[in-house]
Amino acid sequence: MAVTQLVGAKIHRREDPRLVTGHGHYTDDLVRQGTAYAAFVRSPLAHARIKSIDVTDASKAPGVVGVYTARDFKGQLAGTHPAAPAFVAEKKYIPERFPIAEKEVCYQGEIVAAVIAESRGQAADAANMIQVEYQELPAVMDLEKALEASSPKVHEGAADNLCWDLAYTGPDITEAAFKEADIVVKQRILQNRLAPVPMEPRGVMAEYETFDKKLTIWMSSQNPHFIRLFVSGSMGLKESQVRVVSPDVGGGFGSKISPYPEDYLVPALARITDRPVKWIETRTESLQNATHGRGQFYDVEVAAKKDGTVLGMRVTQHLDVGAYVGTFSAFQACACLMAGGAYKWKGGISARTIGILTNRVPTDPYRGAGRPEATHLVERMIDLVARELKLDPVDVRRKNFIQPSEFPYTQNFGLVVDSGDYEKALDRALEIAGYEELRKKQAEGRKHGRYLGIGLSTWIELCGFGPSAATAPATGGIALVESAQVRVLPTGSVIVYTGTHSHGQGHETTFSQIVADQLGVPLESVELRHGDTAEGTSFGYGTYGSRSLAVGGVAVSKAVGKVIDKGRKLAAHLLEAAEDDVVFEHGSYHVKGSPDKTKAFGEVAFASYGMGLPEGMEQGLEAVAYFDPPNLVWPFGAHIAVVEVDPETGNVQLQKYVAVDDCGNIINPMIVDGQIHGGVAQAIAQALYEEVVYDEDSGQLKTGTLLDYSIPGIGEIPSLDLDHTVTPSPTNDLGVKGIGEAGTIAASAAVINAVSDALSPLGIKHVDMPASPDRIWNMMKGARK
Amino acid sequence: MKHKVAVTVNGRRHEHEVEPRLLLVHHLRDNLGLTGTHIGCDTSQCGACTILVDGRAVKSCTMFAVQAEGANITTIEGMARDGELHPIQQAFWDEHGLQCGYCTPGFIMATAYLLAQNPNPTEDEIRKGLEGNLCRCTGYVNIVKAVKSAAQTMSTAPAKKTTVAAGGE
Repeated sequence: MAVTQLVGAKIHRREDPRLVTGHGHYTDDLVRQGTAYAAFVRSPLAHARIKSIDVTDASKAPGVVGVYTARDFKGQLAGTHPAAPAFVAEKKYIPERFPIAEKEVCYQGEIVAAVIAESRGQAADAANMIQVEYQELPAVMDLEKALEASSPKVHEGAADNLCWDLAYTGPDITEAAFKEADIVVKQRILQNRLAPVPMEPRGVMAEYETFDKKLTIWMSSQNPHFIRLFVSGSMGLKESQVRVVSPDVGGGFGSKISPYPEDYLVPALARITDRPVKWIETRTESLQNATHGRGQFYDVEVAAKKDGTVLGMRVTQHLDVGAYVGTFSAFQACACLMAGGAYKWKGGISARTIGILTNRVPTDPYRGAGRPEATHLVERMIDLVARELKLDPVDVRRKNFIQPSEFPYTQNFGLVVDSGDYEKALDRALEIAGYEELRKKQAEGRKHGRYLGIGLSTWIELCGFGPSAATAPATGGIALVESAQVRVLPTGSVIVYTGTHSHGQGHETTFSQIVADQLGVPLESVELRHGDTAEGTSFGYGTYGSRSLAVGGVAVSKAVGKVIDKGRKLAAHLLEAAEDDVVFEHGSYHVKGSPDKTKAFGEVAFASYGMGLPEGMEQGLEAVAYFDPPNLVWPFGAHIAVVEVDPETGNVQLQKYVAVDDCGNIINPMIVDGQIHGGVAQAIAQALYEEVVYDEDSGQLKTGTLLDYSIPGIGEIPSLDLDHTVTPSPTNDLGVKGIGEAGTIAASAAVINAVSDALSPLGIKHVDMPASPDRIWNMMKGARK
Repeated sequence: MKHKVAVTVNGRRHEHEVEPRLLLVHHLRDNLGLTGTHIGCDTSQCGACTILVDGRAVKSCTMFAVQAEGANITTIEGMARDGELHPIQQAFWDEHGLQCGYCTPGFIMATAYLLAQNPNPTEDEIRKGLEGNLCRCTGYVNIVKAVKSAAQTMSTAPAKKTTVAAGGE
């Protein structure tokens, strides 16, 4: 790369002026002439047979354009909801899923009817007039009972509720380790079901041009090209007839990756009614229907020696799939493959994942997806080993870390960890936190009945999906590489198209920093565009799995490289020099050894659209590149949480939080820190506050508003002390790794390790999430008996 | 039956006939085209729709449009003047106090009210003053920084401060 001025600098975000002034364009801000509005009637029951639907009154209500039930969509939409292989290639049972229920509803919120009306209010009014007669069926809620032969079934008539049961490695491989062990530590660890809650709920607006047979969909999505693929297929349209535009997106956190029923129904309704149709999700609809994350429990056993060396692990994941299989639901099984964390397990890891259907909304990736669960379980187990052996948890970590000299390191499941220096990050975190002092303060506090706790999380992550050899089979064919197109206009300004799509990450800024540096042009000369399938390359792969920079940013850089190369040929021709003698530096081409013989990049761009080009060269200066990364990237870090638990109320006060993260080279430190802040906050939320609660008998969602589902407010998240180490990834030219999910992957373990540590004087070893006052109060009460 | 409602928004008077059940936020967005005021929940938890009504911060989903009859309203679109960002907007930009930007207009308007009441708030007062607004992206760390920074700028630029204290009138 050329001389760096912008990369690595705190460049203020280019997207912010429009966003801070109220001039962003989120889906609900867009209107088409003649728009009609959709409202959906949803099942109030978790599981029921639909006996009848009476739409008579609704059809006659003011402003109603039409009322539609499943059979109206039969000729409009085909196929079933896509379920990717992800980390479970062979599934035992994938229930058929049509976007609207006809005979049976399997979770509360499943769509049974749709109303189109002239206004939102009229659509909502008419939806309330639709009479649906249900025959209630038993709801399957408990993961273990769901596996019993006598259990009712999530779908009537199904053989069982087992979606998958896959042993990556059998228990036999760890037999020797467990025989050799001085101690064996066992724990069941819960992963509370979470709702992603992007502040902008989902929304879809669609317009179908009947005579041109062209469909445009505007929607809040992380993944517009995949939506075009799925929806065009279902509607019987060519992919080329469909355009998906995803404008400003108000957060996603994984919940806007996969297609949803409304993504098919709204376009179908636009085609049926010959009107533009808009639907905007209410918050209650969002909590009921947007895919949830986590919702698992783990049974873990660790074999260790007296000196704290861990030998082997056995882990079984029970995963609540929900009523249907989410498109990337099985991605969450990567928790098993990442269960070893930052440590060496010479005696192996036995891992099994069991996916179980229940009458809840499906789970799918939520920020971190499988990797927070992996960190949480391994970091908890390391602490339990330390506790059992009365060792400092810092020492147990040091003893077992993969060492810097051992990278690239092939871990227990054959994944190759590209780089790392775990102890360096840990040392830095201990220093910032003042670990020794904290331990003294804790000991002193305990004498006075104070429950202070210190928790560590030395986390690692795999992200940047990903190499075609691994990801094409995981999606069912399409490799999760990334594309970019760079167009240099005649006067030298540049438009860059990327197949990733920001939903708050600031790609318009970071990607432009890379391009401006590489071309030696001002930032203002670079425009970054994304989120519209009508622009740029044929296919884009979206933003999730901390992939945008490590895959998409590298693709952009490669496309810029191609432009520079073509420019060099042309510059050599203009300078009457051999191509090999022309170098590109600081935004201009010059002949080696003759710095006065130069052509500025802008001059070359202009010339490329003119006459007299070298023999065989076509006009124009633009390039497309796809980047197929040779490996995933592996960020890591060390987090420390300090808490005090109120001995009377069980309330956890988070007093201090230190995060030292390593995402390789940093393009924009301000944005990196922002990602850590938000990620850590979401994991603190899981650790202390959030849980999707369904009634265990009826399957009714009890957390259907933000009053009941308490995402943390500004009073709940403390200031965070951040620092970084930099271990560049050897996997890509930029040396970058992902950072979008790091905070969420790291932090729940640090917080819960701290809470468990705080309560250790009571003999409490393990605390599940959320560590709410009510849970802790009950645990303390039990321990004091 | 529709009711007449006249409001002054960002200095301009608007008269419309509206249904009595129409929420003020929908009136602003759908009738006046001011889509910078966002909707993030159904239950007045999130504060994305915060605006100033006669100088006071109000979640515009908690008011019917007809209740705003005669009111003087400032929305996020009324904060920047003559192409210059308001110091609070500038501070959110400078301190990276936003990511997806969806909650941001509400936070900026709530901050405008907070700083009008208390031009030099402590961190605790900032956290208390903005407890009615939710953000899912920033962990609030840089929002707190932005509010501190805005307070500082505004206390050294009294003209801008007056604008906010008067609710953008």
